[in-house]
Amino acid sequence: MIRYLGRRLAIAAGLLLILSFLVYGMLDLAMDPLDDLRISPLPNKQQLIETRIRLLQLDQPWPVRYLSWLGNFVHGDLGTAWRSGLSVSRVLGPAIATSIQLIFAATCIALLLGVTIGVISALRQYTAFDYTITFVSFLLYSLPVFWVAVLLKQFVAIGINDYLDNPVMNWPAVIAISFVAALFWAAAIATGFKRQLVVFAAAFAVTLGTLAYMLLSGWIVDPQLGIIGVGATALLAAVAVTMIFAGLSNRLALYAALTTAVVGIALYVPLQWLFFLVPMDVWSLLGLLVVAIVMAMAIGWLWGGPDRGVSMRGAVLVAVIISVVVYVDRVLQGWNLYVHASIINGRPIATIGPATPNLGGDFWISQLDRWTHLLLPTIALVLISFASYTRYQRGSTLEVLSQDYIRTARAKGLPERVVVVRHALRNALLPLASIVPVDFISLIGGAVITETIFGWSGAGKFFVVSLGNSEIDPVMAYVMLTGFLAIFANIIADLLYGVLDPRIRVNA
Amino acid sequence: MSDHESANPNADAELHTMAEGLPPLDPDDHGRGEGVGQLKEVEGLSQGQLVWRRFIRHRGALVGVLILLSVTILSISAMGVFGIPGWWQYQNYASTHDVLNGGAPTLTLPQWLGGPGFAIGDHPFGQDEIGRDNFALVMKGTQTSLMVMMVMGLVTLVVGTTVGAIAGYYRGKVDTFLMRTTDLVITLPVLVLGAVMGKLVTTLPDKLDASDAMKAEIRALVPLMLALLLGLILWPGLARLVRSEFLTLREREFVDSARVAGATDWRIITKHVLPNAVGVIIVNTTLVMSQAVVLEAALSFLGFGVIDPNVSLGKLISDYQGAFATRPWLFWWPGLFIILIALSANFIGDGLRDAFDPRTKRIPSRREMDRALAKTAAAQGAEQ
Repeated sequence: MIRYLGRRLAIAAGLLLILSFLVYGMLDLAMDPLDDLRISPLPNKQQLIETRIRLLQLDQPWPVRYLSWLGNFVHGDLGTAWRSGLSVSRVLGPAIATSIQLIFAATCIALLLGVTIGVISALRQYTAFDYTITFVSFLLYSLPVFWVAVLLKQFVAIGINDYLDNPVMNWPAVIAISFVAALFWAAAIATGFKRQLVVFAAAFAVTLGTLAYMLLSGWIVDPQLGIIGVGATALLAAVAVTMIFAGLSNRLALYAALTTAVVGIALYVPLQWLFFLVPMDVWSLLGLLVVAIVMAMAIGWLWGGPDRGVSMRGAVLVAVIISVVVYVDRVLQGWNLYVHASIINGRPIATIGPATPNLGGDFWISQLDRWTHLLLPTIALVLISFASYTRYQRGSTLEVLSQDYIRTARAKGLPERVVVVRHALRNALLPLASIVPVDFISLIGGAVITETIFGWSGAGKFFVVSLGNSEIDPVMAYVMLTGFLAIFANIIADLLYGVLDPRIRVNA
Repeated sequence: MSDHESANPNADAELHTMAEGLPPLDPDDHGRGEGVGQLKEVEGLSQGQLVWRRFIRHRGALVGVLILLSVTILSISAMGVFGIPGWWQYQNYASTHDVLNGGAPTLTLPQWLGGPGFAIGDHPFGQDEIGRDNFALVMKGTQTSLMVMMVMGLVTLVVGTTVGAIAGYYRGKVDTFLMRTTDLVITLPVLVLGAVMGKLVTTLPDKLDASDAMKAEIRALVPLMLALLLGLILWPGLARLVRSEFLTLREREFVDSARVAGATDWRIITKHVLPNAVGVIIVNTTLVMSQAVVLEAALSFLGFGVIDPNVSLGKLISDYQGAFATRPWLFWWPGLFIILIALSANFIGDGLRDAFDPRTKRIPSRREMDRALAKTAAAQGAEQ
């Protein structure tokens, strides 16, 4: 194993070295650092050109410049962006943090949505639902992301902001949304015409009621969850998680999940005091999440029974969901303050940049600010990779469902839930281990465009601007970073696959 | 599937009748499954015919072919190609005209769609702020995008197949070297490498110390050079697939027998192995082509793609993104054509994949089954 890893890392280092050499050569050919001077009307043009040639050592052949760049790079000096005179490492650091935040959020959401929809689509193969999802994913696949991003800015951002400015009830739109949502649920959950009809009616009523309540009561102008919202979500999550992963007949799992939900609700008020008294940051939030998970595991373990693992897993899932809901609730408590701040001026959905400059306010306000800024770029990125995840997951689920062991499981009379969740889903998720890291890389490419459109000063925009400015050092730094991430992701994918799938042996 | 279907269905039925004295079994009456109700038609079909039949059964792919053909014919006939003028009244897409009615599109919907009656008018897709005709721009841009798509597909096809075939057939050191090269190309995101290539092409006219006329000529060739260079970064996926196909195919008996018969490597590769890998190659080239359209558009949007005086769909969107609030038609039309092209290519690729995959089975819907059963029942009734 260690030998294998060592060999892979050695090859990776060699690959990066050759890559850097070739890309440097290509960039030297592609870049034109004298472009602005060549068309300059200044009388001392010739002199300026000579100064710049000396500054950038353009009189030397590029392999010589490459060697000096490599020497600096090995010593940790990434060089300077010569047009602005800024040191690359100082600019690149924050830019990477911004990009990672964007890409990470998009990957998580796309993965969750894509896998769920893909599995359902495979289970409902050759139905109207399956065909619709196939068509939608092809459509998303063909959409140019920059085109979507401009549409998002125009319709979603400006539309929501205008609506919040002047909330008028739009009945046809509400009914249309409820109708589409009901169609979706009926096709996704139920089989058989009668059951579909029931689900359709119920989903239509629930969606219409919820939307009407949200819009009519003015909830949408100042969205709050409160202890009632948190409590309802927690109990619902407990039942749903048990239903999917353990089955409601597993009483111990159900009780474990419900206990976790009740404990979560009981802790709601003390948590509000904690948030009020202790200034928070990201790390203490993560710490609280770990505490919640540990408590859930203890609850699951205490309920005991022959399969403690199932109860513990369900409880942990419920605890994570409750934690997220409590976080969302606390962030939303700052909504009113945030929206009416003079710098926001009642238009909360942002279209430019990763954060509002000079916003002020505490940790929670800045968290809210971050989410409103993340909304549009994340949607744009999710739309692209969602399509490919759905396709992959649908394909791999279909393949697993046609295996002999699924037939055996059905033949010995296991309930369909167990067949799908325990036998099919786990094996169908395997290929994701090798796809996700690679997709992460293509998202880095996608982020180049998204960051440019939404004015995020992330690594992708940094790359585009530097390439346009013919600054070789920053571009090389970006290329090396991306190349390193890509190779690293591939190694992780192979190792992960080896760990998850016992049929694959990792050896040197 | 061909074995199963081409076996004489009546043999079973006759045996059955002789043994038990029962009425002849209806060959169509085996329940739901592929080929039910059409057994007699599929006797002795060649591989090509099978693929073609499965392809035209894929409705999405067929619609994709139709749309792609219509878009191609529309753009080429409207703006002409290779110096031959088309039928559209404004052949020079860069020429400016009087801005009529704020440049709004004159294309109107027919009455049954709620419009005032179908009319093309003077500027069906509208005009931009200096009065250029948007229809001419979009059609010319579509031509560029289609050309880039075709050239990129071709380069990918040639390079990917060659590299994959050589690596998979010869194995050993050649394979290691070629696959390491593939790894090298695949390391960076396509968009990043593409941006570097685009920068290379766009700065080239200025960097060369050439006369102005020469520069203009180079500029006119930028889309073609861009397509060639971008093709050089999209091939690794195809190369890997072709290689793995070759690795399995070269161990098959027919390759051994060809070798025993004294066939050269070249003959074995082109005559025996490649025809068996053609499905993978065609399907992936189609999918790469759909990727190519979006890639070209994205690079043009970033400013590392097609440059003046050429137009492409991506460049149009990039030029007019600020005009969305005032002149949305400048934004809608090029986007619509990009989506049409990429979506059609995707559906064609999907249809081809199903057509080439012998495992794809189409289960007839219940309604089709009922209809087929009713038909056979009626036929039987007529016989008796």
